Amino acid sequence: MSSKEKTWREIAPGGVCSKSSIGFLTGDWKTYMPVRDLEKCTKCLMCVLYCPDGAIRWRPELGKIEFDFNFCKGCGICAHECPTKAITMKLPETMEDE
Amino acid sequence: MKKVYVKQELMALNGDEAVAFAVKQADVDVVAAYPITPQTIIVEKYSEYVANGEVQTEFVCTESEHSAMAACIASSATGARTFTASASAGLALMHEMLFVASGSRTPIVMAVANRALSSPLNINGDQSDSMAERDSGWIQIYVENAQETYDTILQAFRIAEQCEVLLPVIVGLDGFIVSHTLENVDVLSDDAVKNFVGERILPDVLTHEGKKVPFKLDPDNPMTMGPIALPNYYFEFKRQQEEAMKNALTVIQQVHDEYAKLSGRGYGNALIEPYKLDDAEVAVVCVGSASGTAKTVVDELRAEGVKAGLLRLRTFRPFPAADVQKALENVKAVAVLDKSISFGGNGGAVFLEVRHALYDAKSRPLMVNYIYGLGGRDTGPKDFKKVFSDLHIIAHNKRADKLVNYVGLRE
Repeated sequence: MSSKEKTWREIAPGGVCSKSSIGFLTGDWKTYMPVRDLEKCTKCLMCVLYCPDGAIRWRPELGKIEFDFNFCKGCGICAHECPTKAITMKLPETMEDE
Repeated sequence: MKKVYVKQELMALNGDEAVAFAVKQADVDVVAAYPITPQTIIVEKYSEYVANGEVQTEFVCTESEHSAMAACIASSATGARTFTASASAGLALMHEMLFVASGSRTPIVMAVANRALSSPLNINGDQSDSMAERDSGWIQIYVENAQETYDTILQAFRIAEQCEVLLPVIVGLDGFIVSHTLENVDVLSDDAVKNFVGERILPDVLTHEGKKVPFKLDPDNPMTMGPIALPNYYFEFKRQQEEAMKNALTVIQQVHDEYAKLSGRGYGNALIEPYKLDDAEVAVVCVGSASGTAKTVVDELRAEGVKAGLLRLRTFRPFPAADVQKALENVKAVAVLDKSISFGGNGGAVFLEVRHALYDAKSRPLMVNYIYGLGGRDTGPKDFKKVFSDLHIIAHNKRADKLVNYVGLRE
């Protein structure tokens, strides 16, 4: 939970939505975040195939994979399947320097 | 100086009819209900008003109590003043929806003609039904007689609809003893009620579009109520409900006092009603109609020189802990009466709360619990005298041997 979340005194009563459904991203559900190590990455794209949410994309113009954090739920399947262990799952609050 | 109250008319009504009549005068927009003994007369009488064109209410006949409450929540969410009534198994079937109503902050008023729960089947009065719903987020006010039923239903709409409360209210009347007993009831004029209850007030809320609009479902100002809240917000919504309950302690008293000025009728401080309690050495605490009998017994004992007193708990949710503590801390021995049983609990629901309220008192009375009247078992003056004589012994010995006792049970 980030500090930008409102307190009980600030929210509307009765569970009234503060955003429309477009504003609620499934990516907000995650606890752990995938972090890539481009030196270890062999561009095999197994992570792209395994991601259940289609939240990892191959960007040919950049020559690397990219996570879509709006939809990544932090399940960790990519990190588990990566043959070279180029993806690790980390807690956002421990990632300050990265 | 004689006080002048508004002109009133005397009617012969039983508790259920008093409910129906009060709802009729309160200009209710929607009633969605399913009949069940001993609440049936409320629904019957109200459908008569609808059929005769005496009210403009949309009357929804549902196929179950679960649906009745669902219809009430939807109706109340559109800003319509909404009423329903139930009892026993019907209230139990509503259980799931009761939490939706309070969580959605829909100020529905429901009369519960308190009745026992199956099994074995029993249609008679006890308070097991609404006591089982004490954690559902509804305000609970229990009345003593038909007059108080009428008065309290009118107050309930005002309490529920206050912006700082915005919670549904259960008015509990003892099945048959109050619901079916014909009494003289003073009623206000339609105009006086209309002025007192007024129009429903809607607080402004901020929608997903960032607009401040009245809190209601409205196609012109769309908002979504309670579709989901994940672990990052659900807790905050529940904390809001708890705050609303705390606010209700004040609002219940304000509305009651305003009504008392209008009608000349008041019930203690609206939360508790102490009776000859100031110098009492032994006292009984009860909820609902039993207090009528208890008052008679207190009078008789007082005439014999016994310093007996009574505390009627009128508002059970929110629980007026501070008031209860203040009222009982100087009594030597207290018996708390429960018209429901909390199986495996260390006493009944009322006992646990009252005893808990006294824990931080300067001086704590000796306290015992009596379960009484289950499934309509009659509890008369003799039974109360026995309780008071037990209390006399407890106060004398400065010791209570048995914490939980049963009134009128064959041992």
